[in-house]
Amino acid sequence: MSLPAPARDSAPAAALHVTDLTVTYNEVPALDAVDLTLDSGLICGLIGVNGSGKSTLFKTLMGLVEPQAGSIALFGMPHRQARRSGLVAYMPQAEDVDWNFPVSVNDVVAMGRYGHLGATRRLRQADHAAVGAALEKVGLESLRKRQIGELSGGQRKRAFIARSIAQEAQLLLLDEPFAGVDRSSEATMTVLLKELRDEGRSVLVSTHNLAGIPELCDTAVLLHQRVLAHGTPADVLTSENLARAFGTMGSDN
Amino acid sequence: MDILPWLTEPLQYGFLTRALLVTLAAAVVSAVLSCWLILMGWSLMGDAVSHAVLPGVALAYIVGIPFSIGAFIFGAGAVALIGAVRATTKLKPDTVIGVVFTALFAAGLAIVSSTPAQVDLMHILFGNVLGVTSSELWQVLILGAVTLAVVLFKRRDLTLLAFDRTHAHVIGLNTRFLSALLLGLLALSVVVGLQAVGIILVVAMLITPGATAFLLTRSFDHMLVLAVGITVAAAVAGVYASYYLDISTGAAVVLSQSLVFTAVYLFARPNGLLWQQRRRRIRRRRTAAAPPPPTRAASSTTAAAPLGKS
Repeated sequence: MSLPAPARDSAPAAALHVTDLTVTYNEVPALDAVDLTLDSGLICGLIGVNGSGKSTLFKTLMGLVEPQAGSIALFGMPHRQARRSGLVAYMPQAEDVDWNFPVSVNDVVAMGRYGHLGATRRLRQADHAAVGAALEKVGLESLRKRQIGELSGGQRKRAFIARSIAQEAQLLLLDEPFAGVDRSSEATMTVLLKELRDEGRSVLVSTHNLAGIPELCDTAVLLHQRVLAHGTPADVLTSENLARAFGTMGSDN
Repeated sequence: MDILPWLTEPLQYGFLTRALLVTLAAAVVSAVLSCWLILMGWSLMGDAVSHAVLPGVALAYIVGIPFSIGAFIFGAGAVALIGAVRATTKLKPDTVIGVVFTALFAAGLAIVSSTPAQVDLMHILFGNVLGVTSSELWQVLILGAVTLAVVLFKRRDLTLLAFDRTHAHVIGLNTRFLSALLLGLLALSVVVGLQAVGIILVVAMLITPGATAFLLTRSFDHMLVLAVGITVAAAVAGVYASYYLDISTGAAVVLSQSLVFTAVYLFARPNGLLWQQRRRRIRRRRTAAAPPPPTRAASSTTAAAPLGKS
């Protein structure tokens, strides 16, 4: 299989192109020869039970886990180069964040700019403007001085989305973004993510919550160590496919 | 009693002026670093590094090189050893830290006890700030200035590392280098602090200031300023207390910091223990008098139910 040419400006390379990706932990396979291509400018739902390899796939895409085999290209580049170019943004799961950390909402969003800055990460005027615009886009400008833990569950998620907007990332990796979020916040985030997609960004959403998928996603991938199905949400979320993915429960992750 | 002569009297003695300068330098450097250490969850690491420098200090005195070189080599070496053992075993981090630093501390005790005439163990363990020579003062001041300059230069990256290491990695920062840098700075600030308060208590200087400031504010910049302010005040108070009450200087400095922590823990508004209890009492009285008010918006910790298998 040939990799797309690393020219971002001419023919748009796929946001994500994974070939034969294999990751094992202590001889237990987490990902088994996964092939996956995501076109840019789409929202893709990554669906699977706990232990299906969703987190491992994310970690491998971010360069936190070294695969035993296979290759990854993000916008036609190796993941390291894509990260250095600021193309990839990650939204952590709520339980992985220290909500008592003494940073303001503004500080968190400003961290999106760090990859673009000099050694001391001092923000210039253009960076402050980018942070302000990102906060306005997600509707948090009036709360920018709050400590991050003083936000509600949905607002916290939006603060991290604002960080990836300030970063000008082209591929957003969202890990269980709807956990701990009420219905109306979920609807707000769905609208927001669709706006980002319409601006040409690509979004990969990992979730085991199927309810929001048809409303949010353009495509869906059903993962259980391997890719069981990939297509439109209607094609993927058939009872037969779901029985295959959710019936065979994986070990806890 | 007149305040001014009371304040200036100890400063007539050169050794006390040097003691005050060394204590202040150590206080400022360790207060700044403590803000990151407590947010990284590295308090135990501070304890480990401070104990692990003992063989370095002892060997430096025996060989006749500046104590700070020996201390830094063993401090950094302990960090590297802990990292290596963690990477190659499945032991939990605190276990590895415990094994490594006690081994090095015991090695230090063995070295000191085999050469009793040359090294005064009590001075290394509990500090000998009143006996600081001017060359030792310069070592402390220069190392302190270097540590402070590097920390402040990289402060935004270090804060990002402590808050969200994954994001730092994803935007292309070298998180391994930043961790190593912070550990190196930790070793340097132990070296700076151990002249002032000794190996045993230097960890207090690396934890208590940040912990006190954390209780007072929700902004990192305020935390830095408060930590330094509180610690400088406590250091000065400690040195004077040690002079007038005739108690160990290191102990007096650390006790002053602990007293400030205790006061903040109990009395600070709005989160001090007494204010919390007062609020609870008022709420209880209200609920006894009136029907309960409606609870506030849904808590953010409730997980959305998975709707699979339909």
